[in-house]
Amino acid sequence: MLQIHNLHATVADKPILKGLSLTINAGEVHAIMGPNGAGKSTLGYTLGGRPGYDVTGGEVLFCGQDLLALAPHERAAAGLFLGFQYPVEIPGVSFVQFLREAANAQRRHRGEEPLSGGEFLKLAREKAALLRMDMDMLKRPVNVGFSGGEKKRAEMVQMGILAPRLAILDETDSGLDIDALRICGEGIEAIMRKPDKAVLLITHYQRLLDYVKPDFVHVLAGGRIVRTGGPELALELEEQGYEAVAA
Amino acid sequence: MSEVLALPAHKDEAWRYADLEALAALWPLPDAEAVVVPANGAFARAVVQDAGGVTRLNLTLERGARAAVHVLNTGAVFGRVELAVTLHEGADFTLGAAQLGGGEATLEVVATVRHAEPGATSRQVVRSVLAGRATGTCLARVEVAKGAVGTDAVQSIRAMLLDRTATANAKPELEIFADDVKCAHGCAVGELDPAGLFYMASRGIAPAEAKKLMLQAFIAEAFVGAQAEERLLALALHALGALV
Ligand SMILES: Nc1ncnc2c1ncn2[C@@H]1O[C@H](COP(=O)(O)OP(=O)(O)OP(=O)(O)O)[C@@H](O)[C@H]1O
Ligand SMILES: [Mg+2]
Repeated sequence: MLQIHNLHATVADKPILKGLSLTINAGEVHAIMGPNGAGKSTLGYTLGGRPGYDVTGGEVLFCGQDLLALAPHERAAAGLFLGFQYPVEIPGVSFVQFLREAANAQRRHRGEEPLSGGEFLKLAREKAALLRMDMDMLKRPVNVGFSGGEKKRAEMVQMGILAPRLAILDETDSGLDIDALRICGEGIEAIMRKPDKAVLLITHYQRLLDYVKPDFVHVLAGGRIVRTGGPELALELEEQGYEAVAA
Repeated sequence: MSEVLALPAHKDEAWRYADLEALAALWPLPDAEAVVVPANGAFARAVVQDAGGVTRLNLTLERGARAAVHVLNTGAVFGRVELAVTLHEGADFTLGAAQLGGGEATLEVVATVRHAEPGATSRQVVRSVLAGRATGTCLARVEVAKGAVGTDAVQSIRAMLLDRTATANAKPELEIFADDVKCAHGCAVGELDPAGLFYMASRGIAPAEAKKLMLQAFIAEAFVGAQAEERLLALALHALGALV
């Protein structure tokens, strides 16, 4: 589904990704762990096409197409979803309006019929219920006044509505209380654990991986994947830290 | 009467940013429309100026009267809306204006609200969206006369520049000769939040649509509560489509 080959990227002219390679197949869950500043969010933003994150080398294939040739909104329509470490507030635009616009823009891009108002609300209600989020919250402006944990939960509601093929979830677990962590973990399982979907979890802690068991765990350090293992690698990291494990 | 004879110059404060060449073609301007809203009466007007020109309106609100003027100022060359409002005791006035311009457009809202007597309230909300080499100006003045105690006046003037080549001039002014008055004014010129635009793109919304969604929310503040709210918003959205 995703093949990253020797990816180099700069942020504000500073090299951050330095030859990163990673392959994710349909049906797999991967976790990336790594020290602060290693380039984990940069990887997500670069794959999402954020302005200011410049690819200086390498290639990325997503479902057979050249991902880097697509505009950010086209990457979303192709099935890429980015769960933000810091979801953005958009004053004056309600979640319902925003997500309906987003869902239908993606559908139009893929040549599908747009959802009617009723169809969209039914879908939104279903996904909000899955994440135990009060539907009234989706009537509020996008992320405005949401607590840190509510923003993360809202990201998962968005993922449920947009039904991506690949979700890159950047520290979705940070800011979540114990119950919310379980609800989001189970939500990720329900939405994304499918033979034709895949997940890349960026996280610092084992706790999310208890709910969403990864097939592979990677350590990202200094802009590259320096070690890959199974779920046990996350436990090893938790016990011994990066210096010992990734050296 | 002499003001009708001589074309204004940029040194005249109220015409400082005007397109005087375009103005010359319209000169002399017709007299302002004068409306007196009787005591406890109500008045509402939606001004849609989409092909340029100068609209001038003088309003006098008698004791306890209410008036709301909503303006959509678009158009390709020069569009100016002038308001002069006098408020008597306990009167209430709302101005909500949006001006949307691209190309070489010069758009202006010039408003003077005079609180002549005690206890009157006024709010002015002006939102400008400017692209290309457009200039948007808002000169909004509140005068509180001696003895007009209990005045409550609010001005909120904001502009959004879609291109670095566009210009916004915002000048909120307060002139207060009374005690015990509440006046708040603020003005800000900004650009669309790039983080918000990327967030929208990451969900599949194309750049033009994303900008429209954000700008729609921005100008909607000017039309809140207008009798013609829906029509004004629909027209504004259409005009925005040409700018993003
Ligand atoms: N706009 C910027 N200008 C300069 N440096 C930047 C900019 N954005 C990110 N960086 C740098 O890029 C490096 C990688 O940042 P990134 O956010 O990808 O780290 P991370 O692995 O996600 O860390 P964390 O675990 O703390 O979230 C950091 O050293 C950061 O300071
Ligand atoms: Mg990060």
